[in-house]
Amino acid sequence: MRVLVCVKRVPAPGAKINITADGQAVDTAYLAFTTSPHEECAVEEAVQLVERHGGEATVLTLGPAEADEQLRYAASLGVAKAVLLPITEADWDPQRTAAAIAGAIRELEAAEGAFDIILFGNESADSGGFQVGVRVARALGRPIVNGIKGIEVGDGSVRARREAEAGVEVYTIPMPVVLGVKEGINLPRYPTMKGRLNAKKVAVAQVTPSAEPGGQQMVTLLQAAEKSSNTVILGKGPEAAAAVVDVLEELGVLK
Amino acid sequence: MSEQTAATRDVPSTAKVVVIGAGIVGNCLVGHLSRLGWTDMVLLDKGPLPNPGGSTGHASNFIFPTDHNKEMAFLTVDSQNQYIDHGLNNTCGGIEVAREPQRLEEFKRRMTSAKAWNIDARLVTPAEIKEMVPFINEEILLGGYYTPSVSVVDSLATGTRMREEAVAAGNLSVFANTEVLSLETELLPSGFPKVTAVVTDRGRIEAEHVVIACGVWSPRIAAMAGANIPLTPAVHQMADVGPIDVLVESNKELAYPIIRDMDTFCYERQSAGSMEVGSYAHRPILMRPDDIPSNQASALTPTELPLTYDDFEPQMEQAIELMEMLGDAEIKYAINGLLSLTPDANPVLGETVEVRNLWSAAAVWIKEGPGIAQLVAEWMTYGYPHMCDPHGSDISRFYPHEKTEWHINARCNEHFNKTYGIVHPREQWASQRGMRRSPFYAREEALGATFFDARGWERPQWYSSNEKLQAKFPEAFTPRTHEWDARWWNPVTNAEHLQMRESVGMVDLTAFNEFDFEGPGACAFLDYVCVNKVDVAVGRSVYTPLLTPHGGFRGDLTIQRLGEHHFRVITGAFDGGRDNYWFNKHLEQWNADHADAQATFTDRSQGICTVGVWGPNAAKTLAKVTTDHTTAPYDLSQEGFPYGAVQDVLIDGVPCTMFRISYVGENGWEIYTRMEHGLKVWDAIWDAGQEFEIIPVGIGVYAVTGRIEKGYRLMGAELESEYTPVEAGLARPKVKAAALIGKAAYRKARDEGPAAIMCTLSMDSQQCADGYDRFPTGGNEPILTLSGDRIVDAKGRVSRVTTAGAGPSVGKYLLLAYLPPEHAVEGTKLQVMYMNELYPVTVERAGATPLFDPTDARMKS
Repeated sequence: MRVLVCVKRVPAPGAKINITADGQAVDTAYLAFTTSPHEECAVEEAVQLVERHGGEATVLTLGPAEADEQLRYAASLGVAKAVLLPITEADWDPQRTAAAIAGAIRELEAAEGAFDIILFGNESADSGGFQVGVRVARALGRPIVNGIKGIEVGDGSVRARREAEAGVEVYTIPMPVVLGVKEGINLPRYPTMKGRLNAKKVAVAQVTPSAEPGGQQMVTLLQAAEKSSNTVILGKGPEAAAAVVDVLEELGVLK
Repeated sequence: MSEQTAATRDVPSTAKVVVIGAGIVGNCLVGHLSRLGWTDMVLLDKGPLPNPGGSTGHASNFIFPTDHNKEMAFLTVDSQNQYIDHGLNNTCGGIEVAREPQRLEEFKRRMTSAKAWNIDARLVTPAEIKEMVPFINEEILLGGYYTPSVSVVDSLATGTRMREEAVAAGNLSVFANTEVLSLETELLPSGFPKVTAVVTDRGRIEAEHVVIACGVWSPRIAAMAGANIPLTPAVHQMADVGPIDVLVESNKELAYPIIRDMDTFCYERQSAGSMEVGSYAHRPILMRPDDIPSNQASALTPTELPLTYDDFEPQMEQAIELMEMLGDAEIKYAINGLLSLTPDANPVLGETVEVRNLWSAAAVWIKEGPGIAQLVAEWMTYGYPHMCDPHGSDISRFYPHEKTEWHINARCNEHFNKTYGIVHPREQWASQRGMRRSPFYAREEALGATFFDARGWERPQWYSSNEKLQAKFPEAFTPRTHEWDARWWNPVTNAEHLQMRESVGMVDLTAFNEFDFEGPGACAFLDYVCVNKVDVAVGRSVYTPLLTPHGGFRGDLTIQRLGEHHFRVITGAFDGGRDNYWFNKHLEQWNADHADAQATFTDRSQGICTVGVWGPNAAKTLAKVTTDHTTAPYDLSQEGFPYGAVQDVLIDGVPCTMFRISYVGENGWEIYTRMEHGLKVWDAIWDAGQEFEIIPVGIGVYAVTGRIEKGYRLMGAELESEYTPVEAGLARPKVKAAALIGKAAYRKARDEGPAAIMCTLSMDSQQCADGYDRFPTGGNEPILTLSGDRIVDAKGRVSRVTTAGAGPSVGKYLLLAYLPPEHAVEGTKLQVMYMNELYPVTVERAGATPLFDPTDARMKS
């Protein structure tokens, strides 16, 4: 089984993310980078699929040279091959990204055969466009289902599961297939020291991306309004009880 | 008063002391200050409590107590005891393991230091290591150094306890999430600024004292007041890997000893089900305090940066080699943790030299945090610490060139990888050399000088040109068999010594500091600071200790009276910074209190060079070139120019000041002149001395062999604040009438008599078990009884070697050490431990009487 997982280098969560003065980029001075949470699960899923069914997993990203870090992270978890589509800009629009990735996949498949399953994260953690996976599937003429929280491989097809408002939707889809994976499908592992050392030895293939810009343009980035919270000490021990009741009544919890 | 929690509370408008930084140091400091009676204190931190985000929060928290350095060993053990008192010390034992043969030698040295400081330790075989740590690969190990008392402490909880103790006592208000915006100062009449207020984002606090305990941020806060705390934030890489079955199954936080893999500069420390792997092997990664992210901009905390794997990977391979199970464990947490490094790897403590009442308590590790907090609290309370001499950590030790970012980074880049290194007591720096050179430098270089660094000064330690003396003094050139004993040493020193004693030698002493005191109050002020009477005749000199308020040594120097109201202090390179600060600090108060007896201080060091000329032919040599202000020969006789006299002369027409004194036990002079005249004076003396076979003499003679034969004490070695002039044998028959710092304590010490006496010992045999001679370096080797017991005096101080060196003229290898009175008896047989072996020694002298030329006849004839 051949599995491809596509990831994106994004700022690590946890810290306040600042925007440069011109509003055109994220200030990366103090930022660490990671892959989007949905994609971390997609990488874990790719590794598990290969562990269960044999074959080989490949990780691919379109991004700056530094995205090598995210490819090697995937490699440290057990992904065997890595492909970088290097760009000089901070990011490409979804249409252009999808076209470039589809082109690269065709190139990779021409050389080594088709991928049975191509995994994307449901959406990226930074721009959240929900587009690239769908556009790649469309360009390759393959079926895609997003929001996937379970994958079982059958004979020539996969059973993919996703949560719906009223219950669970189950799809049976013939391979080759594209799936948009959602956080919660698994619990991603951490790399081991040996994994880290192995990842250092993985050769990262480079495919030069080529695609025309799409219709979506970034105008400016705006800092989200800071959520402020004020802590008020209502008191300590039993004396605080009356004040707590007042607050609960104010909130409508108690009447 | 209470812990601050409400986001809106304002800070008080005044406080006795504001401590900035609630890490291990700031927290313990407010606790100790509270215990010492301080009230009305404020503790600030820009981060949240209990972990505001500094280095304390991510520390690995373990304590290996053995240290070769007395000050740091004391503070580490004292800190460990404080953690024990809090019930927050988890003893697990620790093993330093060796992969390389030279590390086994270092372990013998550690055994020796452990004996000195009374730390239980033993050498273990690979099999014994395996028994204690079943998952270790003992096949790559040569042996280990096991310390059962190694522990992991809870530094956050200890800090919280100490902080809460001060709060509960009503002495402290705490403000977390409070950022310091600026420090305000006012200019004193002395010209020094004094800190007056701390401005925060919650308001302004007027404060009498401000303490910077901000770890990696300390330089940035100090700079707000124009002060300098020379340290740099630096990365220490650490990863937490697990879960690991064998650790999980132990069901304990710490079931196995901590392993320090010394030759790969790594450690492995159990943390419940996982293992912390830390490294000091990666390239030095230094940062600027201003480049550390804010709490808001940090994913974890500001001092837990993302691990840079490229730097860590070689250490992962070595860790897996040592413990294979680590390879398959998941890396759950990995950081480039920030800690503080200083140019000489020691802490930076005390009042800043630039700003009065602004204190530094920085560059401190968890292992010594509580002890150092107590030390600084004592310093603030008593004017000097009582618990131990802070010599090596004193912030005033630095000269201006040592406080630049360039210098800090150069030295930290050099010593970072020596964190687990094997560092020789005489080891020299490779970086930042050639910073300060005397006018004689070119001549010395041409004579084959090997230069040692003395706080930036390049001082000749020995001269290869003197190898020509081999034919004359063949026995002096006996090599040392063991490489460790011979490292940073050369036998030519012995020949220089003998030739000086036989004829005459020249010693470059330009590294001296010269401080001038002038004005109507100069004499009275110096009398107040110095033990011995300074009010001597013009043209005479005084050798005197300076005391701490509790009567220990604070300084040791000579003073020349150049005029009725003009005195010149001469002090050494290693204490110049500390003495400069001490004098200025007290002069400021003196001038404030004595409107009718003002004095001024001028540092003349940068303009004056010095050469010492000593030996039986020193007077004959100098007589050839020395005149009065005309061309008349100068009277250099003992009658015309007695010992201790200071006189102005011309040497080859150059104005010089000659001072008849000696630190090597020979007749001769220290000759001072202006820097620009130096070379001419050197050449004139050199030429005049040729008929006497004059030689250049290195500091190896001046500071070690010549000095130790005469039993002369050295500040920082024999002379420390834990000891009194009575014990050092430097007390004069009477105490002068004038008031002086430490007088009451000095009187008390005289009345009580010494609890220990400075002694000169000789080694009866230097032969080691392998059949060749060893040469102790003078690195705190313990003096033991014949039954091998440590010798501890009535004040709890251990007897240990303070200086060791050859005595070429007495034909013995000599040691200086304090001994309790019952052992300080000439002829007493004892032992010294060196590299974990015992050698017989004899007490040669108890007290200040020299072994060589006991009546000082040579210096006065």
